[in-house]
Amino acid sequence: MNSGSPWVWLNAGAVAISLVLLFGLLGLIAVRGLGYFWPGQVLVANYQPPGQAMLTVAGEMIARETVPSSRLPGMTGDTFTRSLLHQGNRDLTGADFVWLVDPWLSNCQYPVDIMVFEHREWGNFYGFLASVQENGTTIIASDESARAVFDERLDRAQVIYQTIRQIEKHDIGAINAELERLRLAQRRMELSGDRDPVQLAGITAQRQQLNQAHLALETQLVDLYLALNRDSFTATTATGQVVEQPISAVVQAWQPNGLSYMDKLAFFARKVAAFILDNPREANTKGGVFPAIVGTVMMVILMSIMVTPFGVLAAIYLHEYARQGWMTRAIRVAVTNLAAVSSMVYGVFGLGFFVYFAGGHIDQWFFAEALPAPTFGTPGLLWAAITLALLTLPVVIVATEEGLARIPRSVREGSLALGATQAETLWRVVLPMASPAMMTGLILAVARAAGEVAPLMLVGVVKLAPGLPLDGNFPYLHLDQKFMHLGFHIFDVGFQSPDVEVVKPLVYATALLLVAVIAALNLSAVAIRNHLREKYKNLED
Amino acid sequence: MPVKPYGDAVDSRSLDSRLTDSLTELLSGPATNAGERFRSAGHGRRALSLEQEPTCMAIAGLNLFYGQKQVLFDISMKIPRKRVTAFIGSSGCGKSTLLRSMNRMNDLVDGCRVDGQILLDDASGNGVNIYQKSVNVSDLRRRVGMVFQKPNPFPKSIYENVAYGLRIQGINKRRVLDEVVEWALKGAALWGEVKDRLHESALGLSGGQQQRLVIARTIAVEPEVLLLDEPASALDPISTLKIEELINELKARFTVVIVTHNMQEAAWVSDYTAFMYMGRLIEYGDTDTLFTNPREKQTEDYITGRYS
Repeated sequence: MNSGSPWVWLNAGAVAISLVLLFGLLGLIAVRGLGYFWPGQVLVANYQPPGQAMLTVAGEMIARETVPSSRLPGMTGDTFTRSLLHQGNRDLTGADFVWLVDPWLSNCQYPVDIMVFEHREWGNFYGFLASVQENGTTIIASDESARAVFDERLDRAQVIYQTIRQIEKHDIGAINAELERLRLAQRRMELSGDRDPVQLAGITAQRQQLNQAHLALETQLVDLYLALNRDSFTATTATGQVVEQPISAVVQAWQPNGLSYMDKLAFFARKVAAFILDNPREANTKGGVFPAIVGTVMMVILMSIMVTPFGVLAAIYLHEYARQGWMTRAIRVAVTNLAAVSSMVYGVFGLGFFVYFAGGHIDQWFFAEALPAPTFGTPGLLWAAITLALLTLPVVIVATEEGLARIPRSVREGSLALGATQAETLWRVVLPMASPAMMTGLILAVARAAGEVAPLMLVGVVKLAPGLPLDGNFPYLHLDQKFMHLGFHIFDVGFQSPDVEVVKPLVYATALLLVAVIAALNLSAVAIRNHLREKYKNLED
Repeated sequence: MPVKPYGDAVDSRSLDSRLTDSLTELLSGPATNAGERFRSAGHGRRALSLEQEPTCMAIAGLNLFYGQKQVLFDISMKIPRKRVTAFIGSSGCGKSTLLRSMNRMNDLVDGCRVDGQILLDDASGNGVNIYQKSVNVSDLRRRVGMVFQKPNPFPKSIYENVAYGLRIQGINKRRVLDEVVEWALKGAALWGEVKDRLHESALGLSGGQQQRLVIARTIAVEPEVLLLDEPASALDPISTLKIEELINELKARFTVVIVTHNMQEAAWVSDYTAFMYMGRLIEYGDTDTLFTNPREKQTEDYITGRYS
């Protein structure tokens, strides 16, 4: 054996362990997270605990575990298995999930015609479609074609629902924004003592116009809601109960036991797309995470825009212009130590300094008409981005300084010898060559900022934001608004939800998405850096 | 008659035959009489006299310190206009430091202090001390250009490298730049090799080409003086020869000062040679005399290779 072999093995082992941990974690998140979107088989079975009446149960098997027999009196053998059944029908049974002891199950079947109805509220409903009603009159009751009629009615209800949402969110939202603008304009006039009757009359007229438009939309909405609730359907549960529900309450319905593999794949793709593009429902435990994705990406981009110039300028001064001595050394130590400060401390600082002090003053100076309702004097996107920019500043400064130190002296001298000043040399030669190092700093900053949650809870992230920070109402980018964030979403869904079993897969799926978003942000930065490196290679040695 | 790769007024022989000469010299051991050898090889040179040359730069009583350590001791000499002046001497004798003080590149070194004067003559012959407070260092370096030991092209295209000095001066007119780039590259004997790939990265050139590019970049701003700090020491023999050829041509337009370790090179390219030892100027005179009939014992020892 060579003298160096154990050393090589040690190194390789360390790399291997890191890789196993990384891929193990990613694999776990991916499997659990993606499993959430795959349509499971629906089981119908008899269940007879000893000494009790026989029940019929229906639902999806979620998990199975082996339990020592001593836990359950009357069980023989060392262990027995029990399964977790997602039985849905929460409005009837009271519990979404139930543990079943496997030996007590019998007559397990997977009927092809059992349907899963995903409700807008109250979770899933498992049952057999019985009939479809229009305005209370049964129009079809036969089993064969009922499904087709139901699907058609469901599509119609979905279209109406989308229209309603569009009107509520977009059109009425725009009117409300405009009304608020008018209110503020009027208040501003009052505050400045300006009582120009012409202008006031104009505002009143505009307001009346808007109110009329609002009224018209409301009438339209009433009609739409009537149309939405026209149809209903009845379904029979596995226990034989017949339940009538409006079709508008259903988001999606499918017959999982009858789906082919390709159908399941298509279903899976639709569910993934819905998860990424939809708004959350039922206190974030259902639906999608679109606002959280937008919030995370917006916040990271804003943070990058703020931290890069600031950090690069600071690094240039420290490295190129400042007289090197104990002062610069002390500043460097301080900057490096900043990177080790707990992120929560930044959050508290952000809340105290940015939100209350800076934001409070901005409100007094520029948004006095809105007071006492705060505009910037409350947590929001801008403050979150600035706080995280502060948090990641040391990384950018250190990386940029190292990049500047790596530029060969000979290249600087070459430029100076041609009559360039120090500033010209910096701008034309040194900075372009140091740009890959700046990108490295930015990559590290993005990686840190995108995963950070604790400080954000104080300076702008909320469980459910009323709107996106980017929308169609002037000024389009709302820096003062609160926003949703994937990291906080994971915390909120995972630990603040009433039913752990419902949200567990959602936590995995959101975590997977967060990893994917960070990876996408990072990979684009890495691609830019590699491009720059390619341009300036050969000179780093 | 073999093809002449570069128009050379001084030496009409082909590159190859001169290369062979150089190699023979290299193989025949330490040069005992380099000047003699070159002259006998046909390097005809008219008699030169330092006193009769017009002055371009004059160094007067120059002392230079790095912190507490004195590196140059009371150097006084005159650099003749449109001639090649070589500084020779063993490593650490201060010849590079002296060269770098001629366009104030030493300002970049922390703790460097200079007293004495270096006068740079303008066209009418009035000398201005370049260490005066009123002197703009950027302007000075534009007038006194410098080429370093290791080729240091910028990570830009060949074209942009040559145009760099002009762009710094605010000249951005395409037509002017095109003209100057072509002129400078021709002047540096590089045009033929790169004219089809002006917009490719300069980092793709060979070491010798890069060094000629750096020379082109320097002459593009039309300096009065060219300082060359061992310009060929990092290059292979053929590239070295090309650079040496080039220096011979450059002196028609520029005053050239070259630092070299290689005595053959000094003997071959320079008109005047200064020998330095331990920060002092030991002997300075026309190259032929210095190499064939040195005044000082130290000079003779050095050029005959008696210093290790």
